[in-house]
Amino acid sequence: MSGQEPFTIEQLCKCMSQGKLMGGKCKKCGKVHFPPRPMCDCCFSKEFEWTEIPAKGKLLTYTIIHIAPAQFQSMAPYAMGIVQLENGTKVPGMIKEAPLDKVKIGMPLEIVFEGCTPTQNWPQWPRYHFKPM
Amino acid sequence: MKGKPLVSIVSAGLSKFGKLDGLYGREIFAEAAKEAFDRCPKLDPKRDIKALYVGHMGESYEHQGHTGATIADWAGLLHVPATRTEAACASSGAALRVAIQAVLSGLADVVMVGGVEKMTHRSTAEVTEYLAMASDFPFEQWQGMTFPGLYAMMATAHMDKYGTTEKDLAMVAVKNHYHGSMNPKAHFQKEITLESAMASRVVAWPLKLYDCSLITDGASCLILTKPELAKKYTDMPVHIVGSGQASDSIGLYERESFTSLAAARIAAKQAYEMAEIEPEDVNVAEVHDCFTIAEIIAYEDLSFCKTGEGGRMAEKSETKLGGRIPVNTSGGLKSKGHPVGATGTAQAYEMYLQLTEQADKRQVKDAEIGLSHNVGGSGGTATVHIYRRD
Repeated sequence: MSGQEPFTIEQLCKCMSQGKLMGGKCKKCGKVHFPPRPMCDCCFSKEFEWTEIPAKGKLLTYTIIHIAPAQFQSMAPYAMGIVQLENGTKVPGMIKEAPLDKVKIGMPLEIVFEGCTPTQNWPQWPRYHFKPM
Repeated sequence: MKGKPLVSIVSAGLSKFGKLDGLYGREIFAEAAKEAFDRCPKLDPKRDIKALYVGHMGESYEHQGHTGATIADWAGLLHVPATRTEAACASSGAALRVAIQAVLSGLADVVMVGGVEKMTHRSTAEVTEYLAMASDFPFEQWQGMTFPGLYAMMATAHMDKYGTTEKDLAMVAVKNHYHGSMNPKAHFQKEITLESAMASRVVAWPLKLYDCSLITDGASCLILTKPELAKKYTDMPVHIVGSGQASDSIGLYERESFTSLAAARIAAKQAYEMAEIEPEDVNVAEVHDCFTIAEIIAYEDLSFCKTGEGGRMAEKSETKLGGRIPVNTSGGLKSKGHPVGATGTAQAYEMYLQLTEQADKRQVKDAEIGLSHNVGGSGGTATVHIYRRD
């Protein structure tokens, strides 16, 4: 990171495609934004610095999705949850590589970046998932 | 009498809710509007109605935007200023709030407010995708999240924190289907058993098919005026005495709590304070049971019970007709159906019926104060309105 990149969701996605989860830390009040924002919602500052968000955390809550939108239907049933990473940041995502009946609140998980298959359509964003540690 | 009226409801209309094959949303709205006009013969719609607000969530269903003008035309209100409000499933709760503001501002003496959605001609996968648009795109939809999934995560968290059970959830469904069996306009007018609810197919664990509201076509509307003009139009107005609305992050993951909707708590506090009433003064309520867990959380957010006790409240049938505070006498979103844009003012329609003693078999005896609670998305918007009989 040269420090010149804009604090945008698109920039975060570029970092994710390089295997890093990044947040924007407000230089004025210290709040870490995930995803990064152009303006701090706490103190309205526009001064940020990039901070790497830890890839490990624990599961706060989850569901097993059986009825999915068309593009995910072939994967159903699958687990989705909200993970609290070690710095407190909460990130939702799919939980893979774990038997569905072994998914439990509090289980330690780590994020895995999947990259992005380029298509003609917007958006060309990477996906990620969580797996048990 | 507590609470100064903000505005008065002088008429209301509701289309049949259900799978209305062969009808466009605009045609369904006309059915609701016709009922409202017929109920109020002293009203001359073309002369008296000065503004129209319509809640409508999605252009995707009918490939039709510009809903305000479309609905004005088909309601016989051509040239009346018409504006669509969109706040996901709280679109017409938000429309009601805007309509109240229009009357209070003095800009319009008589206003029509309603909502409409036509959904059932789309496949379940399509509807799932369109509804999911009310959630965060990059981190929820794009990663595989669905609406039932979001509420299911709230249910998992509530079960873990407070010991709420899948049976408590099913009890909400059984109650609302019992109420809906007495509503001739409900989509699904049959009672269900606890066993069938518990055994229904899983949609997003722990939520099963009977924990989910229905995909429904329907429309609803109200006619509002200044309290001092109400008796010009009807002998039986219902007054709106409290209105609250709040927002929250649309992404569930960004919130402090997964077991309570902060927007609903804030909106409820505003409405109770404006109405000068306490939660225990409410005699009948329509709450946003898009999923059974949402009704349980609503009991807590509206202070009908203590935080964490919503599951027990459902299990003890305190919210069934004849109980301490009957909730969703219409059948709720669960049994009456959930044409998303129409829901907020459909809840107000039920309050109008209850507080004018027109709710027939599902009438709550001597109901004086009613409340409606309408939620958009997973809690990104909430509106709460409080009603009082004349």
